[in-house]
Amino acid sequence: MDMRKHATAIGRALALGALAGLDVVLVALAAAAVALSFGLGMIFLIPPTTTLIRRRTRLGRRLNGTWLGAGTQAPYLPPPLPTKPQPDGWYRHDRQLYKTPRWPDWNKRWLWMISDPATWRDLLWLFLNPVIAGTLLLLPFFVIGYCLVTPWYPNPVAMSLGLGAAIAAVAAMPWLLRGYGWWNHLLLSPTAKSVLAGRVQRLDQVRLDAVDSQASELRRIERDLHDGAQARLVAMGMTLGAVEELMDKDPVAAKALLGKVREASSTALTELRGLVRGIHPPVLAERGLGDAVRALALDSPLKVTVTVDLKTRPESPVESAAYFSISELLTNAARHGGADRVWIDISAQDRALRVTVTDDGSGGADPSLGSGLRGIERRLAAFDGVLAVSSPPGGPTTATFDLPTALLTGGCGEKKPRLPLWKVTVIGICWGLGWLPLFPQGVAALVLKLTGQSELSWFYALYLPEPWQWPAIIFNIALGVSMYATAMLLPIRHSRRRWMAEATPSRLWFCR
Amino acid sequence: MVLQVSLRVVIAEDLYLLRDGLVHLLQAHDFEVVAAVESGPELLRALTGQRPDVAVVDVRLPPTFTDEGLQAALAARKAIPGLPVLVLSQHVEQLYARELLADGSGAIGYLLKDRVFNAEQFVDAVRRVASGGTAMDPEVIAKLLVSTARHEPLAALTPREREVLELMAEGRSNAAISQRLFLSESAVGKHTASIFGKLDLVPSDDDNRRVLAVLTYLNAARG
Repeated sequence: MDMRKHATAIGRALALGALAGLDVVLVALAAAAVALSFGLGMIFLIPPTTTLIRRRTRLGRRLNGTWLGAGTQAPYLPPPLPTKPQPDGWYRHDRQLYKTPRWPDWNKRWLWMISDPATWRDLLWLFLNPVIAGTLLLLPFFVIGYCLVTPWYPNPVAMSLGLGAAIAAVAAMPWLLRGYGWWNHLLLSPTAKSVLAGRVQRLDQVRLDAVDSQASELRRIERDLHDGAQARLVAMGMTLGAVEELMDKDPVAAKALLGKVREASSTALTELRGLVRGIHPPVLAERGLGDAVRALALDSPLKVTVTVDLKTRPESPVESAAYFSISELLTNAARHGGADRVWIDISAQDRALRVTVTDDGSGGADPSLGSGLRGIERRLAAFDGVLAVSSPPGGPTTATFDLPTALLTGGCGEKKPRLPLWKVTVIGICWGLGWLPLFPQGVAALVLKLTGQSELSWFYALYLPEPWQWPAIIFNIALGVSMYATAMLLPIRHSRRRWMAEATPSRLWFCR
Repeated sequence: MVLQVSLRVVIAEDLYLLRDGLVHLLQAHDFEVVAAVESGPELLRALTGQRPDVAVVDVRLPPTFTDEGLQAALAARKAIPGLPVLVLSQHVEQLYARELLADGSGAIGYLLKDRVFNAEQFVDAVRRVASGGTAMDPEVIAKLLVSTARHEPLAALTPREREVLELMAEGRSNAAISQRLFLSESAVGKHTASIFGKLDLVPSDDDNRRVLAVLTYLNAARG
């Protein structure tokens, strides 16, 4: 028995138990607040009470993670956005208009709180916590105390029993703690609904960002075309007009002007080339991500080493996002990091595209400060990508980003790992023999038993002594059903991940 | 040259106007256009079937509109080593330049399409490639030099030597370089000798081999 582990467990159980004891006060407060706000309409009590309870459950969640090893995310729906004024300057909530955003915001806030199921789950947890914690965490202490205080010693058997119970209580402590952690997780963790709600809100933000950056990109392209190539074409047209006029009168001057036109067309082409490179680099279109990054590395003033391990080409928009992110990271390394060498690694991790850019610069890059890194984050967010930057002062800087579904190829390409032989055997036996306990030995025997026929035939259950007949029949039926269930569940569990990824509302099974 | 034999040329370009323009341009300069094709597979057939003296090839061709032309040119050069190919593109990439030069047999050109505007220079470049020389776009050279500028041996060159090296890498002869830089030919000779010395290259008689050596060196410097 690991003494330290059990000692820590006892300490934590005591602390959590004490906390649960204090919860009784909170329970009283919360009960009063609920009664007053819903009974007497004192809704102004709701936000402070909810905030208080949320503080307590936040502590519970944190302890659940650090002490009980069952880290739990906060389950709340995203808070309401501040009310925006209408065009006429009034703030509207429901059918009321207000001069200031104060009341609409307040209304939204308490409605948000009481309409969030997590609030009620919190409350339920709070009400039950003293009981559960008392049972799970403090009961062993009573057992120990009882065993130690009771005067057992005259009777050696009773004494050893008492001692054994005390030791068992200590030994059970970590398991009890785990049970308590599971209980916390049950009510304090987010429900599928709140996870979805959070995700929807994040996607909303991402979509807004993506649309926004796309629009500004288009504006930039429009401006560049307008001020650059378009203007130059106009100038060329005008010069050609002048050439036309001069052709007969002054051929020498006309020739000089033609030279200028050629120069202007050359410049326009150069500008267009730069623009095209910024929209979608030609190498990326022609060769894919690997070679495009190699070309980028060749053009960089730094010494760049590129390793690419990709078997399939990612979707074009993903490729483009990855390319521009790498390009930006490379620029950052050269401009801010003071780096000499850069290592770029592009690899496929399952279906994710993982890119790591490491430089030997001075470090100290901070995503919250650098707008470049923010830009990359925005670019990647559209594809659920996440950028992680590690840049201690003094370097080296490592930026890693994952694009999780970059290499999803429509689903049917991936090979399913084969079922192990023992599973195939079990499935075969279950399908092959499941009928035997279920139908004749189970259901048929049941019918015979119910109708009270004297025919025993080969139904073994009916040969058993009377008190064992019913249990045997029920056992047979249960055995048969569970054999069929096993035969179905084994392969389903085996390919569950693939099924989750590939099944669609119109195609419920993956392709062969 | 007393007697100029007309060179047989294959042209691959998917835009009709540009293809037609190239055909006229080259015919006007005494080339014999044996095939003007518009897709990658056709180009490969024409190159291996006709065995032209030189090919003018666009990088991006149907059916895939990726680097079809480049791949066809590389494949043809694998089948017929040293087949002179001048690659034209809307954009130039060091990466492609390296791939073209990788086999070290010369007779390679890689130019921006804009260079066609200056007919004389363009035809000159085609002729140079046909005779086994190289014609690299100044933009490629500039990129090569920028990205290699920090590496030791090149840093040792004087600005004048760098200018000479750039022009040399474009495929120009000493005479052309001396004209460009307003130097005497012997001064250019001295500069080239000094460059070779600094870059640890053994000088040889063959002009094009020297250029190739320079480019190969630039390739190698980047690893």
